[in-house]
Amino acid sequence: MNAIAIKLRLYAPLIKSLQTGLLVSTGLAGYMSARCPVFNLFTMTGLLFSLVASISGSTILNMWWDRDIDAKMGRTQQRPLAAGKIDPPEAFWVGLVLSLLGVGLAVSLDLLYGLIIFAGLFFDVVVYTIWLKRRTCWSIVWGGISGGMPILAGRVLGLGSIDETAILLSLGILFWIPTHILTFSMRYFADYHSAGVPTFPSTYGFGFTRATIATSSILAALAMGFAAWGIGMDWGFLRLLGVLSVGLLVLAIAVTVRPSERVSFGLFKYASVYMLAAMILVMIGVM
Amino acid sequence: MTHLDRVLLLITGLLAAYQVVIGIDGLSTLPMIAYTIAFGILLIASLLLIILGFDVLKSPIVVVVSTIIPLSLSLGLVWQHLAPVRTPYLILIILGFLAIIVTRTISMHNKLPTIVLATVHGISGLTIVLLPIWLSLRGEMQPLYSLVGVGGALISIGGLLLSFLKTGKPILSQATVLLVLPGLLLLMTICFVVGFMFG
Repeated sequence: MNAIAIKLRLYAPLIKSLQTGLLVSTGLAGYMSARCPVFNLFTMTGLLFSLVASISGSTILNMWWDRDIDAKMGRTQQRPLAAGKIDPPEAFWVGLVLSLLGVGLAVSLDLLYGLIIFAGLFFDVVVYTIWLKRRTCWSIVWGGISGGMPILAGRVLGLGSIDETAILLSLGILFWIPTHILTFSMRYFADYHSAGVPTFPSTYGFGFTRATIATSSILAALAMGFAAWGIGMDWGFLRLLGVLSVGLLVLAIAVTVRPSERVSFGLFKYASVYMLAAMILVMIGVM
Repeated sequence: MTHLDRVLLLITGLLAAYQVVIGIDGLSTLPMIAYTIAFGILLIASLLLIILGFDVLKSPIVVVVSTIIPLSLSLGLVWQHLAPVRTPYLILIILGFLAIIVTRTISMHNKLPTIVLATVHGISGLTIVLLPIWLSLRGEMQPLYSLVGVGGALISIGGLLLSFLKTGKPILSQATVLLVLPGLLLLMTICFVVGFMFG
């Protein structure tokens, strides 16, 4: 029993609970945007478990593949795989089994839903992490696309097909992810540089990176706004989403015009709060 | 910033978000926009204070942004209740806001920026404090509407404390101002929300 508890404690950081939680919430929001109020507990539970398993599995596989560069970066060298606390083949199998469980469960719920979950996992692990991450800073586009898959999948499960709103919701996440990742890559510039991972700041400089952050924030806010309009969100909730979007835009512009470590960190944190709030509004805004 | 400060600011933000969502029944477009701007800024300010801490108050833009709350609130109140002076008040508010931006942007070594700030804040602050109380006393609005005036008084106190602190002539020490600020913001927001809801 004690051994299992120790193992679980070691594996917990591999799942990146906050990031996984945020992505799962996008999937739930996508589903609830089409089926709210939700009465089908069976489908909701299936959705939840398939998302948690597939996202956790892909995150473990990413950490398994990136353990060498994680070991070179101060921010990540204490991660269990980078620090040698977990046997890599064991982590690989745990990640693979979780991923297959998630995709299998997703396919059993709905074929199209399962395909989108599989596409998200494939783009994240194979295209983003294994193929492109060490070659080009533009790999984050594929990271963004895979990040947009849970919300697309959730809405597809609720609706039975892909509509314009599902695409817009997915684009909202796709454009939000650069705000998050690029701010991170500026904050830990030296870490990424020493590990040899190409980033926007190291390839194009900080000015271009900040401009990209501002542009992607504006596009994320626009996509979320149109998507909220598309799902028929109540006028009051739309107003609130508008207010929160203005906050995101102001911070994005501040990062570009008056750059500082503090404002960049503020944007990084605010972008997470913004997306979580947007997901809650998508969930409750159509009740 | 303590955990209690963060909790108080979070509740303030949630109350402001609630007010943005429910709006105020039967309002035309302009006061709805004005109230949304006021409570929207309160919401974003609460979030930024939680994320960045009290250091965010050192930014020079705080003076301008914190002016928008009383200006837009007072504009909403005037538009809602004092129809004959709507347009002149709107013009006054726009000119006042522009004057604050100009005097804060251009470097001046006289007292003009302070005079402009005090005048604009004074007019909008007195409007928020007195108008709801006057309307309640006259029976045109429910007695609880006077809480909007109390909220106005609290926002004026907060604004004064911060303004004097930023100009280097503090009424209270910085530690005391920062100690009372989250509670003051929450109390002020409760007064506004309850006043608008039951007034």
